[in-house]
Amino acid sequence: MKLIFEKSQAGRRAGELPRYELPSAGVPEELRRREAPRLPEIAEPEIVRHFTELSSRNFGIDTGFYPLGSCTMKYNPRVNERLAMLPGFRDLHPHQEEDAIQGALELMWRLQEALIEVSGLHACSLQPAAGSQGELTGLMLMRAYFADRGEADRRDTIITADTAHGTNPASVTMAGYKLAKVDTDARGNINLDHLRELVDERTAGLMLTNPSTLGLFDEHIEEIAGIFHKAGALLYYDGANLNAVCGISRPGDMGFDIVHINLHKTFSQPHGGGGPGGGPIVVRDRLEPFLPVPAVVQEGERFRLDYDRPKSIGKVRGFTGPFGVFVRSYAYIRSYGPRLREMSETAVLNANYLLARLREVYDLPYDRLCMHEFVLSARTLKREHGISALDVAKRLMDYGFHPPTIYFPLVVAEALMIEPTETEAKETLDAFAEAMIAIAREAREDPEVLRDAPHNRPVRRLDEVKAAKRAIVKYGFEEHLDLGDEPAQSRQLETQRGA
Amino acid sequence: MPAGETYPDDLRYHKEHDWARIEGEEAVLGITWFAQDALGELVHYESPNEGDTISKDAPYGEVESVKAVSDVIAPLSGEVLQVNQKVVAEPETVNDDPYGEGWLIRIRLTDAGEAESLLDADAYKQVVAEA
Amino acid sequence: MGYLSLTGRDREEMLAVIGVASVEELFRDIPEGVRFGRELDLEPALAEQELSRQLEELAARNVDTSKELSFLGAGMYDHYVPAVVDTVLQRGELLTAYTPYQPEMSQGVLQAIFEYQTAICELTGMDVSNASGYDGTTVAADACYVAKHATGRTNVVITEATNPQVRQVVKTYAPGFGLEIVEVPHRGGMTDPGELRRAAAEAACVIFQQPNFFGCLEPAPDLAAVANDAGAIAVAHVDPISLGVLEAPGAYGCGIAIGEGQSAGNYQSFAGPHYGFLAARNEFIRRMPGRIVGETVDTAGERGYVLTLQTREQHIRREKATSNITTNQTLLALAGLVHLSWLGPQGLKEVGETCMSLGEYAKGRLVDAGLELLFPERTTFKEFAVRVGRNAKEAIHDARAQGVHPGYALGRDYEGLDDAVLVAVTERRTPGDIDRLAEVLARR
Repeated sequence: MKLIFEKSQAGRRAGELPRYELPSAGVPEELRRREAPRLPEIAEPEIVRHFTELSSRNFGIDTGFYPLGSCTMKYNPRVNERLAMLPGFRDLHPHQEEDAIQGALELMWRLQEALIEVSGLHACSLQPAAGSQGELTGLMLMRAYFADRGEADRRDTIITADTAHGTNPASVTMAGYKLAKVDTDARGNINLDHLRELVDERTAGLMLTNPSTLGLFDEHIEEIAGIFHKAGALLYYDGANLNAVCGISRPGDMGFDIVHINLHKTFSQPHGGGGPGGGPIVVRDRLEPFLPVPAVVQEGERFRLDYDRPKSIGKVRGFTGPFGVFVRSYAYIRSYGPRLREMSETAVLNANYLLARLREVYDLPYDRLCMHEFVLSARTLKREHGISALDVAKRLMDYGFHPPTIYFPLVVAEALMIEPTETEAKETLDAFAEAMIAIAREAREDPEVLRDAPHNRPVRRLDEVKAAKRAIVKYGFEEHLDLGDEPAQSRQLETQRGA
Repeated sequence: MPAGETYPDDLRYHKEHDWARIEGEEAVLGITWFAQDALGELVHYESPNEGDTISKDAPYGEVESVKAVSDVIAPLSGEVLQVNQKVVAEPETVNDDPYGEGWLIRIRLTDAGEAESLLDADAYKQVVAEA
Repeated sequence: MGYLSLTGRDREEMLAVIGVASVEELFRDIPEGVRFGRELDLEPALAEQELSRQLEELAARNVDTSKELSFLGAGMYDHYVPAVVDTVLQRGELLTAYTPYQPEMSQGVLQAIFEYQTAICELTGMDVSNASGYDGTTVAADACYVAKHATGRTNVVITEATNPQVRQVVKTYAPGFGLEIVEVPHRGGMTDPGELRRAAAEAACVIFQQPNFFGCLEPAPDLAAVANDAGAIAVAHVDPISLGVLEAPGAYGCGIAIGEGQSAGNYQSFAGPHYGFLAARNEFIRRMPGRIVGETVDTAGERGYVLTLQTREQHIRREKATSNITTNQTLLALAGLVHLSWLGPQGLKEVGETCMSLGEYAKGRLVDAGLELLFPERTTFKEFAVRVGRNAKEAIHDARAQGVHPGYALGRDYEGLDDAVLVAVTERRTPGDIDRLAEVLARR
């Protein structure tokens, strides 16, 4: 398929602007654009067709089942899209005076209250733009909290689990902390003995996803919280897997002090092929003074933005956060109300059902009931038939399913991390299970069909080595290289994919 | 064409999957067959600069495939005399010939005695077997 | 209720297959002490129709640009968003996809990002763009992280005429990055290259905004030269909609170009979600934060696109990653690509020229009305500051009573400017709108 730049014809255009009879304003010669940017010159019908064709080469939750572990690909209600586009939300400027933004502030305040209740904590900031920014914000809060107590120099280490998303260690470094990693035990819980060795007076805190990226609830969470609090350290909850436990177990009650919530996972903000997201953080009362400014607060019947927070870490993003995301997530929460628990119960039921149907066919490294997701392994297929998790993933595409997350978490070889979510029907789960079973059979009987998969997507397996070595990251116009002239090789490697 | 698995007897090995070919007061360093196989086809070599000082057991560069990045650990201490520019330009040279054309750097040794602590081929094969 | 699909019978059958008696039993691994013992105290559930009404009521309590003639800018602008943007963004295959981890399932999004990267590189004159950052503030912090590692230096210089929110976010990130921030004051709405030179020695990077927060054009080539002379990376924070008329940062020596993408393709939406962009020269490609899409071929020799150079990223490099970002703002960046395609090079130039000529018209009308320009000597783009002869916040409040929002009170961020309003004039304001503004603010 051509790039939009390859469809460009000099002199063609789509948009016209209003014309006013005004003198033109001059730009000083040395600041004036000399060569026009080579944007596409294309008529509007072709723009629509171009992006429609692109969409036909893409797969979303609207297209079909998308059990991408740790990404919580649930249905995105259409009413939420309509509501986010209401002019009172869509065309609102963030610097409007407070009397002119009461509806927006009230919506944000109500969302904060809901997230506080779901988390079991005390105060919320909606500002962080995504989960990983929520993580970083949480670590900045730890730093500010310990600085306020005069312990900042001493407490320089954050502990993460070896099952953690890569964002956790990356955030630790960006926040200026050192990293220590704790092992996972044979049941998929944190290794308590190892943890006790690691925690000391230099420990600032723990970052933990619970249920973990293995889809398992840590059975010793109370002991873990006790170890950290006894050492005067804090606990950070990575909310990537909150979809498992809404109304069932709250991070605050587990002992966590800071939580980030992925609005684009648990609360159904459509992910748009990579973003936007939302990463609000919710904290225990003693951390509230350090939250980003401004805070959205209620005073009587009114809502206002409070900048007067002298201990605040400052701002982590412009203004008050991604408001359109808040509209959708607030609407999602209101569609459940207090029965949000049924959302999580159903997510866990769907996951356990799929697990039960697949456990005899694939390896199950941790044999427990799962929460909202579970991790299988293709290591027997690999050993006996040379079929990898990657091959299984690619073959699933031929059956019309998006593959699960593969090669993550890192502690499981040939990992297949499956998260069905609560919005799927039993028939869909059954069809997926049948496909997985059929693929395991194909691995024995006709492995080549897996190694060559997918067979009916817009492209076959792609040469990632060539992509990295040539690093063609933009269209080169007249000088654009044609990689098709070079011999193609199947060199798509088994890259781990954490969400 | 990827090389077959070998661990030449004339080299000394570090357990972090690095080799050294000691030539008098100098040594040529590289990564082992096992290391390149675990990484897959290399797409980038972040080399040290000539004249840099490297220390035994500490990283002196990085090699990357599409799926992984790995520090290259110095088996011996010394001063970098030469960086293999062929590997900088074509990192897959390491996959093709890890002990020959795919060498990474040449150094002047600062402590010839350090070589005593390195493994011979048989001992390193034992490390690989347990990995 | 909600968006669940299981029937009661489904549930029973599924529990039987799992081999448990109840849903409750699925949670047996959760220790008793941390189980939540009551119902969540949340507002009552609403049917779709009720939900719509509830949120429509909240929306109606906001004063958006359809209700008030607004000249507010200061980082968020009321540019026209063409209908094709809405059409493309509501394509479910794009809207409801996750990050393109599986390229065979995601060629649409991957190609769109590749096209977006191309458009950003064309606008900025850079070699490589990432797939987007969160917004125009966080990409500035990203640029500092790149500069720290590329230069090994720990000072960042940022001009005071750069958007205050950008400066605040950089300052929030700085302690974790181990960076010191030095701000260089403006002189009459512009940065003095000589003063910048004194601050820039030993800096990792020098960040300036073009046009700056006051709408004034900086001597950008001189500022970039100062940075380059000091061995610092010149970082230009630019408005994409200005780049049809203003020179590309790459053409005057910048190493990195960043900016807030909202003005290209995104509604104001009370400040988000939008996208930030970050583009750089090739020498920084391995230090870039975030996703990058690259071109390659498949086993049949067909062209295709993949996420590439991923060893930079957190899921592989973990604590040594160039950034922790994973979710970015792809959908909003796509909106930018659609808008820029709709405009084309000629349309982009015309938007810039229209904003400028309307701005000049507005300046003239306000001066005629007895107001004084704050920086009368400066050339401005889309936005300019005017003294209203009284406390600006009060003047804004009073003007709103007449249905006009004159702009942003600069006293919020700059000492001594309590009587100054920053007025933004996009192509959506007409000469008649501007006449109305002058009438409302008139001093004689």
